[in-house]
Amino acid sequence: MIELRNITKRFGDVLANAGVSIKVPAGTIHAIVGENGAGKSTAMRIAYGFYTADSGEILINGQVVEIRTPHDAIAHSIGMVHQHFMLLEPMTVAENIVLGAEPGSAAALDLKTASDEIRKLSNEFKLSVDPGATVETLSVGQQQRVELLKALYRRAQLLILDEPTAVLTPQEVEEFFVILRRMRDQGKTIVIITHKLSEVLTISDNVTVMRDGRVVGEVKTSDTNAADLARMMVGREVLLRVEKPDAQAGEPVLSVRNLTIRGREGTARVDGVSFEVRAGEIVGLAGVEGNGQTEMIEGLAGLIPGSHISGSISFLGRDIIKMDARRRKELGIAHVPEDRHRRGLLLDFSLAENTILGVHYRKPAVMGPGLVLLDEKGIKGRTDQVIRDFDVRPPNSTLPARALSGGNQQKLIIGREFELPPKLLLVSQPTRGVDIGAIEFIHRKLVALRDQGCAVLLVSAELEEVTALSDRLLVIHNGSIVGEVDPKATTNEDIGLMMTGGHK
Amino acid sequence: MKSCPTCHRTFEDTLTYCLVDGAVLSAPFDQAKSGPDSSATAVLPKGEPEPTLKAFSPEPPPISTIPAAINQAAGPPGEPPKSSPPPPPEPGQQSDTRIMSFFRELLFPLLAVLAAFIACGVVVFLIGDSPFQTYKLLIGSAFSWPDGIGYTLFNATPLIFTGLAVAVAFRCGLLNIGAEGQLYVAAFVTGWVGIKLGGVFIKTPAGDIVSSPIANLPAIVLIPVCCVAAIVAGAIWGGIPGLLKAKFGSHEVINTIMLNFVGVALVGYFTQYHFKVPGDAIMQTAEIGRQANIPTLGRFIPGLPERIPLNFAFILAILACVLVYIFLWKTKWGYEIRATGANPSAAEYGGISIRKQIILAMSISGGLAGMVAINEVLGYRHRYYDGFSANYGFVGIAVALLGRNHPAGVFLAAILFAVLLRGGIFVDAYTVHVSKDIVDMLQGIVILFVAAGGSMVVKRFRAVKKA
Repeated sequence: MIELRNITKRFGDVLANAGVSIKVPAGTIHAIVGENGAGKSTAMRIAYGFYTADSGEILINGQVVEIRTPHDAIAHSIGMVHQHFMLLEPMTVAENIVLGAEPGSAAALDLKTASDEIRKLSNEFKLSVDPGATVETLSVGQQQRVELLKALYRRAQLLILDEPTAVLTPQEVEEFFVILRRMRDQGKTIVIITHKLSEVLTISDNVTVMRDGRVVGEVKTSDTNAADLARMMVGREVLLRVEKPDAQAGEPVLSVRNLTIRGREGTARVDGVSFEVRAGEIVGLAGVEGNGQTEMIEGLAGLIPGSHISGSISFLGRDIIKMDARRRKELGIAHVPEDRHRRGLLLDFSLAENTILGVHYRKPAVMGPGLVLLDEKGIKGRTDQVIRDFDVRPPNSTLPARALSGGNQQKLIIGREFELPPKLLLVSQPTRGVDIGAIEFIHRKLVALRDQGCAVLLVSAELEEVTALSDRLLVIHNGSIVGEVDPKATTNEDIGLMMTGGHK
Repeated sequence: MKSCPTCHRTFEDTLTYCLVDGAVLSAPFDQAKSGPDSSATAVLPKGEPEPTLKAFSPEPPPISTIPAAINQAAGPPGEPPKSSPPPPPEPGQQSDTRIMSFFRELLFPLLAVLAAFIACGVVVFLIGDSPFQTYKLLIGSAFSWPDGIGYTLFNATPLIFTGLAVAVAFRCGLLNIGAEGQLYVAAFVTGWVGIKLGGVFIKTPAGDIVSSPIANLPAIVLIPVCCVAAIVAGAIWGGIPGLLKAKFGSHEVINTIMLNFVGVALVGYFTQYHFKVPGDAIMQTAEIGRQANIPTLGRFIPGLPERIPLNFAFILAILACVLVYIFLWKTKWGYEIRATGANPSAAEYGGISIRKQIILAMSISGGLAGMVAINEVLGYRHRYYDGFSANYGFVGIAVALLGRNHPAGVFLAAILFAVLLRGGIFVDAYTVHVSKDIVDMLQGIVILFVAAGGSMVVKRFRAVKKA
């Protein structure tokens, strides 16, 4: 149905797409996989008219078409659902769906006709959403259906979905796949961009693998497997499992009692939580995003004002609830933040300057009387060590952090925190947006740190990651810990159910 | 085969990390195999895993995702990396990139200035004068010896201070629009100290003493005290909006603008009602103690007449540039300020108190603006004179903008603006049609180009980032 032929796109000096050719037959689900920065999103954005290609052509049903703006794409029956939903939260479902294609005359908005049509569409595809509901009251899964309806309302025959499952719980993913199959069976063509191999294998008919802006393989899903795909994506053999010996848990390092953290509006984000993390174990915190994990980790790291926190946090027997972030770091609490661009890095600063963030006021970063002057030799020494130990590429401490790929930025942050050295590591989304090769590396480093006797509290939106890495798993829902499970003895489905508050 | 440097096991070429301890495997013995393979584009047939493996280069080359501008040393874009893993940087390479980046930094403002001159040249031509003649007058008169250079550097002195003031605040992510108010308050306080501690009596024409001094200090004490007074007064006036922002989150732009009015009016009141020589028609204080005067450079530089007011404050301005550079880039305090400006969330994460940095940066900024008083009061007028500032505080914003908030850039930009200020007088006098408004026009267009160009660069950068 749609075909990209020899698409090349350059951003400044970066070749994002180099002669990319992808052919998607009508009525199929086509997955495009690749590591971050492989160019899969760029290719699809070109198809949707967000970018125009430097060279190459787009064919729809065998005819060359000109797609310069999303408007053109919609006119050619192409719809796109973005990873981050583009919905106006205070408005109703119907209002969101018709936005930009409002029915009625120029002056009056005919929402009734629209609502009827939306109902018809949702019946046809079994996408049950109430057109009159306000978007902000809907769950993430329902919001995604609104996005799908938005595309269908514009008569899309081809749907491009960018990382559609990133925000869904396992149950929601199941439902979502049922919807996708139904849409395919009714003649729609679906392109799904993802990096989760298990999903590719479940849902797609064909797979295109991209790497470094090029298509490196196109296969039928039934003819391939996860290991092959991973190898194609990364270009080398990849260990998909985390190999770790059993934990040798020691004394409790972190002990949280009745911790309550309130948000700015006064609502409890973390609600009376108690747990312990012992030396030499990885405790995972599983939960759908936005259920208090962020506040929990930031609260433990000392980044939430004391007036919003109550309860007790004891670290190696000392009450640290009144201490600021600097003091906690001095005691040996390292923190790998969930958002490396917002929290973790000074993007325009050099790798060297980033490596000393948090320890910039003590040796070896400073020298001279009163420890005021920055010690460039000492800083470079520490940076080079982090770069070496954590394989940060390119290994040049004078580059700005911005110049690094996501995986290398993350390795730099993890390396910096490991250098502390930590007695407790708070680590949030350690492999978000990181490519498979680096994931493997980071996982191994985390296990190695645990084996050296460090206590690790791990938060991840990737259920597979927390279950694979954790020795004990706490499930958080709505700010409360709803259960503790043995990750080896529990299925992902059961954990998923607990994450949504289903049962214990 | 590759080997692990820590456990000495050997692994296949396709691996990057040791499977036992995660260390980076050292370079393959067989170099020929490690080259990047351009045949990776080929669509691979399924069912033949062996050729699949060979078709891929063993090293994931991340080079293509790095803007080549930053990765200069790696050669022209598109050229594959020479070998893998990348070779250690050669000794000269690092300083080379540093020099390159310095020129890149310089190039952009220079282009903006050049473009402004061309644009203004067109206007001059349309008005009916020769652009070349006009620019010859403008620049030639500003660099004549000794008057041109002397006055240009004298004019540059306050702009260096205010430019630095704005730059320091900006490095902390703050916009100090209040340098004007800060330098007025500082100038008055300096004058007050110079009068009160300099043994000056203020008398009515009839001889009655209306204000008597506290002390009569010698120069060696009085000059430093006056300088400190200038800095402290500026720092306090600048620190107030900092404090307000840190404590209540009120925006520093609004508060500094408001404090400009308050400051100017306040010192105007004190001048008018308490420190003017009674009967003096001009809004100015009495002269400060003679020993508080700092010498002009003309006394030390042969060929530079003493009448040219270029004074020791200029040396102080150069010193301030150096000190600000050291402070911002070589001390932990500067690091904290810059980190706060670059990303407050990350700074907070790094255990830096953002509130403290805001107060500190605004105080330093105010202090630097206050140093204008050293040039004006101690070095030139020897009294506080109402309305002395030719918008130094506001031009300082432009100076910092053009100078990219770097002390070296600020210095050069201040000189440029001083040249315009000085040369404008001559353009006004010796051309037929063009007035000295051309200076304002040039300044305006320079800023326009810097600002417009800046957003262009940002857009380009975002596009690169999206890739």
